[in-house]
Amino acid sequence: MQFKMFCAILTITSTYRLLGFYTLKNMDGRRILLEFVLLIFLPFVFAILVPFAYKYIKGIHTGWFVLLVPLVLFGYYLSFIPLTMDGGHAISEIKWIPTLGIAFTSYIDGLSLLFTLLITGIGSLVVLYSIFYMDKKKENLGSFYVYLLLFMTAMLGVVQSDNTMTLYLFWELTSISSFLLIGYWYTRDKSRFGALKSMMITVFGGLMMLGGFILLSIMGDTFSIRELIAQAPELVNHPYFTLALILILLGAFTKSAQFPFYIWLPDAMEAPTPVSAYLHSATMVKAGIYLVARFTPIFGTSSTWIWLVTGIGLLTLFWGSFFAVKQTDLKAILAFSTVSQLGLIMSLLGAGAISYHTTEAMFAFATYAAIFHLINHATFKGGLFMIAGIIDHETGTRDIRKLGGLMSIMPLSFTVALIGSLSMAGLPPFNGFLSKEMFLESMVALQHFELFQFDTWGILFPIVAWVASVFTFTYSLYFVLKTFLGQGKVDQLPKRPHEAPIGMLVAPVILASLVIIIFFIPNVLGKWVIKPAVMAVQPTLYGSPADINIHVSAWHGFDSVGLWLTVAIVIIGSLLYLTIPKWQPLYKIQPAKLSLNEGYDALMRGSEKGMNRLSRAFMTGLIRTYLLYMFAFLSVTVIAVLFIKDAFVVDMNSFAAITLYGALNAVILLLSIGFVVFAKSRLAAIIALGGVGYSVALFFVIFKAPDLALTQLVIETVSVALFLLAFKHLPALNEHGETKKNKVVNLIISLSVGVMVTLVALSSHSQKLIPSISQYYKDTVATEAGGGNIVNVILVDYRGFDTLFEIAVLAIAGIAVLGMIRLRVSRKETTDENK
Amino acid sequence: MKTNDVILQTTTKVVFFIIFLFSIHIFFAGHYTPGGGFVGGLLTTGAIVLLLLAFDLKTIQQILPFNFTIVTGIGLLLALGTAAGSIFFNVPFFTHAFDDFTLPLFGETSLHTAMLFDSGVYLVVVGSAITIIQSIGGDD
Repeated sequence: MQFKMFCAILTITSTYRLLGFYTLKNMDGRRILLEFVLLIFLPFVFAILVPFAYKYIKGIHTGWFVLLVPLVLFGYYLSFIPLTMDGGHAISEIKWIPTLGIAFTSYIDGLSLLFTLLITGIGSLVVLYSIFYMDKKKENLGSFYVYLLLFMTAMLGVVQSDNTMTLYLFWELTSISSFLLIGYWYTRDKSRFGALKSMMITVFGGLMMLGGFILLSIMGDTFSIRELIAQAPELVNHPYFTLALILILLGAFTKSAQFPFYIWLPDAMEAPTPVSAYLHSATMVKAGIYLVARFTPIFGTSSTWIWLVTGIGLLTLFWGSFFAVKQTDLKAILAFSTVSQLGLIMSLLGAGAISYHTTEAMFAFATYAAIFHLINHATFKGGLFMIAGIIDHETGTRDIRKLGGLMSIMPLSFTVALIGSLSMAGLPPFNGFLSKEMFLESMVALQHFELFQFDTWGILFPIVAWVASVFTFTYSLYFVLKTFLGQGKVDQLPKRPHEAPIGMLVAPVILASLVIIIFFIPNVLGKWVIKPAVMAVQPTLYGSPADINIHVSAWHGFDSVGLWLTVAIVIIGSLLYLTIPKWQPLYKIQPAKLSLNEGYDALMRGSEKGMNRLSRAFMTGLIRTYLLYMFAFLSVTVIAVLFIKDAFVVDMNSFAAITLYGALNAVILLLSIGFVVFAKSRLAAIIALGGVGYSVALFFVIFKAPDLALTQLVIETVSVALFLLAFKHLPALNEHGETKKNKVVNLIISLSVGVMVTLVALSSHSQKLIPSISQYYKDTVATEAGGGNIVNVILVDYRGFDTLFEIAVLAIAGIAVLGMIRLRVSRKETTDENK
Repeated sequence: MKTNDVILQTTTKVVFFIIFLFSIHIFFAGHYTPGGGFVGGLLTTGAIVLLLLAFDLKTIQQILPFNFTIVTGIGLLLALGTAAGSIFFNVPFFTHAFDDFTLPLFGETSLHTAMLFDSGVYLVVVGSAITIIQSIGGDD
């Protein structure tokens, strides 16, 4: 029967394949095989059409058009199952930046196919659900579906990419589209806050992951994950190995909401419910799981990996399940439950990596269990979210304290919720039971593992796992029973509750029936989907998926550990549920200030304030301060370099003899400089500055530079005249309110700049590496340039280019002065006119 | 208070021409002896500054009715034109040419395109320096 169904699906999809993809012909009439990597972009391309459909086809809900995309993709990707079942894989590639080795690659093996089917399958159901959930008239459906399709492309890209760079590209695209979807009702403060928070945390992780990928590509000299996996034994000994491992895990943990990064997920519940169901339970949060599974063949042999993945996973599992009972919002309970279940899957993947070190079958089991639970979680959590959305839609509230007694009013929703919750709690006859059982057995097996100090700490693992499962049971009951049973104040609800329209119920009913179907046929699912995926996670252990010797059964006999653990969970969990009012005050013991959310807020506020304070501290707005920074930096670095490079040399022989006129002139120069610095009035300083200029001109005379002397004399005269012109507009010389301490700092810095310049001048004078080119000028000035004054010939002929731009500078200065003065006047006039 | 500066003004009338002629001399002699367009231009500026000191701004604007920004522009064009002219003779940008000519009045004279460039320098220096002084001095 199953086989017939399978054959039917296969026929449909292959016909579709033939019709749609093999009939394109090129110029010569030959068939072109379209690369299936292009299919990743199908939702993206469709997203371009959505706004037109939304705008021009008002009569039909836009979702119906969108629904086509995931359905078509789901059908198409189903056709890969026979291929991966035998352990095969398919690759399709389009080069993007060939010189850097960056390509869009679609690599379909068991693992990526499993995720692809989840994305497209749950995607179809979510779109179907959203058609009834999102109002055609009230909501801006155009942008909703554009974001959703964008997300779908991103997710398909993440799970199918074999190239780490494009994987990162799609990874960030999931962050961005998730940001847009969480902030969909952007007029609400909470939506914007949640969107920003998720963006900050996931992009932080994404960037860390990019660092890890770059390290990996340096280590293995390739961006291709398959090639990296092939090199795994050599990579382990590389010095970057552990760093790359931690960076990539940071990416996975932030995306998959592991401890302590889970805090964005509860805030992301401000998104419309279809988004929560799709992104925040079934797909995006599992991108991190995918990443861990995908990189297990590379990092799995490392003890750091095993400890981190298993440890953080278990901690998250416990933390999420413990705090789920505290929540009063339906979606918040589900968010914490998602966090906890993701931790469970993560810890199983960590335990699965142990199978590289031991032959005990139990650890190979762990990976199988992880992937099995991944599917199960997607089915029951998707359904539960949809039910939460229905309750919100039909009653107007999601607050569990206001709800109750809905069982008789919404019987169908109650059934679906009950199935989902009991599966989440791990009870038969639902699929959650099977994977929970496998989880407990793996954790019990962990304590027997003898490497990496697991024998000392190992006993903690099953205990934590068991306690967490007890809380899982409790919040599952809490979720479903508090909502549907009890008295309830039905007439006090914001809306009059009634059963949801049938269209809205189709998707959760399908998911709920899957929950039951999977319980009865776990091994078919195992053979078709899970074993190929396990094969992809642990390629070295098995030759083909058929070698994986696992048969899932609901009944292991009375000597099974899992059975008794489950019985204990049910008993203690029920007791805990019945006594919730008595122990719920326990949550108040934890002060609000010590919560992780508070930590995040403090970090955000603190970094903003800190940066603000920092920039206020050094950006004083005073040019004096900035000049101090620059001069201090300049003198310190130059002096430091001089001494580090041992470049300070004084060669006494290169100095010319000191002449009497030279010495006298130097004394005059120094006196005038001293006068400039210590002058009390501006006029005296200007005149002393003139003295400096004229003695410099005298130096030019002494050193036989008549052109320079002439120019210096005249320019000094003109500039002193200008100073005097400007002088009458300036206020008296004041102290700028500087304290003694400031003055000392100024003195130190000016001294160090002086020392620096002197040292550099002395050293560079003493070490001439190449001879001067002036001999050439002397030889050719008359013959080549037809002149006698070398200086002038250099200025207008040899290096006339410089002169051309110097006169341009002069002209600009003249025009700028004119402009400054004229414009100031005209502005004054215009303001007068306005009066 | 109106000061009587007859002596200053009379002296200026004589000295201005001496400085001006000296600046022209220095400008033309620049290629062989110290001097050139820059110093020449500055000296001319100095002469005009002397006029400005002795007389007021308006009088000077009547005596020298040039818009000095336009003088600057002409100077820049002259300099750039000289430099660019060389490309029409299939030689690199900024190649100067010189030769000896026998002129009617001056006799055997060496003429050099660098002089044209230097004239541009001279005009720019005079134009922008006077622009600066006039706009600062004329601003109240």
